[in-house]
Amino acid sequence: MIFTIEINGQPVTAKRGETILAVLNRTGIRIPTLCHLAGFTPTGACRMCVVEVEGMPGLVTSCSHPVEEWMKITTHSPRVVKARRTVIELLLANHPDDCLYCERSGNCELQDLAFELNIKERHYRTRKASVRVDRNCPSIERDPAKCILCGRCIRVCNEIIGVSAIEIIGRGSRSMIGTSQNKGLNTQACVKCGQCIMVCPTAALREKNSYNAVIDALNNRGLFPVIQISPGVQGSIAEDIGIKGGKDLQVLLGTALRRMGFRQVFDTSASADVMIMEISKQLAQRIRDKEKMPLFTSCCPSWVKYIEEFKPGLKEHLVTSQSPMKIMGSWIKNQFAERMNIPKENIFSVAVMPCTSKKHEAISGSENGDPLIDAVLTTRELIRLIRHYGIDFSTLEPENTEFGFGVRGSAGKLSGIAGGETEAVARTLHFQLTGQEISPVKINDLRGLKHRKETRIKFGRNTYGFAAVSGLNNARLLVEEIENGRSDLVMVEVMACPFGCINGGGQRLGTDEKALKSRMKALYDADEEEMIKVAHKNPSITEFIQTNGKV
Amino acid sequence: MEETLDKILRKYSPGKKDALIPLLQEIQRETGHLSDGSIAEVSRHMNIPLNKIYGVATFYDQFRFGTKGRYHIQLCRGTTCHVYRSSVLLKDAERILQVKAGQTTRDGKFSLEIVNCLGACANAPVMMVNGKAYGDMTREKMGKVLMKVIEIAK
Repeated sequence: MIFTIEINGQPVTAKRGETILAVLNRTGIRIPTLCHLAGFTPTGACRMCVVEVEGMPGLVTSCSHPVEEWMKITTHSPRVVKARRTVIELLLANHPDDCLYCERSGNCELQDLAFELNIKERHYRTRKASVRVDRNCPSIERDPAKCILCGRCIRVCNEIIGVSAIEIIGRGSRSMIGTSQNKGLNTQACVKCGQCIMVCPTAALREKNSYNAVIDALNNRGLFPVIQISPGVQGSIAEDIGIKGGKDLQVLLGTALRRMGFRQVFDTSASADVMIMEISKQLAQRIRDKEKMPLFTSCCPSWVKYIEEFKPGLKEHLVTSQSPMKIMGSWIKNQFAERMNIPKENIFSVAVMPCTSKKHEAISGSENGDPLIDAVLTTRELIRLIRHYGIDFSTLEPENTEFGFGVRGSAGKLSGIAGGETEAVARTLHFQLTGQEISPVKINDLRGLKHRKETRIKFGRNTYGFAAVSGLNNARLLVEEIENGRSDLVMVEVMACPFGCINGGGQRLGTDEKALKSRMKALYDADEEEMIKVAHKNPSITEFIQTNGKV
Repeated sequence: MEETLDKILRKYSPGKKDALIPLLQEIQRETGHLSDGSIAEVSRHMNIPLNKIYGVATFYDQFRFGTKGRYHIQLCRGTTCHVYRSSVLLKDAERILQVKAGQTTRDGKFSLEIVNCLGACANAPVMMVNGKAYGDMTREKMGKVLMKVIEIAK
């Protein structure tokens, strides 16, 4: 039912069942929020979003209160603003005043709100919480002193990821976000996806920085620094430097990285092609042998960790190949080093990933104790590094940058979005099973911003089911279906982050649906324009597999 | 210990989240306290994340993660007792027993616990030693009771 309410004296149409906040956001008024997370059950905990409703005795939290016909709402009356100011002032009472040195300075919701509400001095004072920073986890750092207890991280971890690695511990003024027995995050079931970082309003959750290690390596003349870039990263960087989403940034970015001192640039989508070939091979085998079905993808390290923690019995279902990052890393430290005639310890191999979990993956399981990857940067860290080196994209002329590892196809690029890997595998599998190319190449069922995508594809006389899920909690639901007897699927692709790597835990903060759509479009467009759309037609990949055998 | 835990867990059906608090209470009653191990078992049995259980257990003062001393002293810090200055008593008790609230002495003899209300507000401030209540406490009276306990514990 649609009706009219009054907001700041203006008539506004509203639908029954909407929250006041939803109506306000449509009508050109921005209401400050802290604990609010779009798409989640409102908690009304922070009380930043309060508004005055005529006839109601107290202020109303607009994020949790439904609109009603008779409402006359004032959004910025002195009473409301005073209440909001007090909320922020109280939050600032025990907040460390180290904004200038803080990772999130300039990108902090608390700082922004304090500025918006014109808070110029400390009104309330209390003892600063003396809590140690949890640095034990290789991917994520937790600094409870900067936490404002909005609880967004907990809700994401619980409802989207389904892991509950952190929780509110204690009560009242002593409550904090922590873990059981206050142990480090590394001892928890945490899958290191970094979605908590993406929703944290302050620097209480942040990635473990590899930034300085990379700068040191770039300054070290004895080292040969090389870098590989994951397909999920470029869209995010394009947004940051103001290039319209969708444009292929590859050459320009390659030029920038070379200017910064990287001696060779690699595109991880090439090794993703290798992985797709391998998955397709293993899948064909399993279809033939009818065992360990369905096949689960294993390129998302958070998903692999989830299986290890929660469903160890399903470990056999995972693809046994390494992730694209490690395939590339291994190639760089072995074949590339040999070709360039550089001792492999002198190569400093950096990987830029839209992911915090890859930091954990990089240090676990190395070849003879030598790390395959020396440092993993998130998209955010790379953006900082680009700024550090003063690269100005507006005047930078793209140079003819040759990418290591030869030709790239678009199949690997698709793995940046949930469903893309399945699509790429289906294309190659079709050729392997039937000897003919799949037609049409584009599989619409596996595209778009959806948490679960399923399709049935005909391979000659047989039809097989494929599923792609993103958000680990959705994966859990599908796994439960399979455990309860569902058997039509041959392959399940899982990405821990909702919608896949384009929304990874290492992406730019403040990623919204619009940004996701443009990143998705960029990847699909690349697929549209690319000559080589299937991994098995990529000459560099077939050559790689012939010389390397198993990956 | 493990058997007791098993026996208790079997009484509670998995998935019934509202039974978590009674379950934790029963474990504490039977084994004296909650431990890392016991809440991990509860987590597995009830299919509730471990951190959630720890969050619930730390929300309520009644749950204890350390072992209880041979003499368990509970001091009421409820509203009425607070008005009757139980905060001073708490400081005294901590000094006399050489232990902080919520902790147990190294020799395992004494543990001091703050409780929210013992239900004897008419006799505020109140304390309890191993289940026996002492009402209308003053600093002197409490000192005597505690000294006696220390004497017996020797």
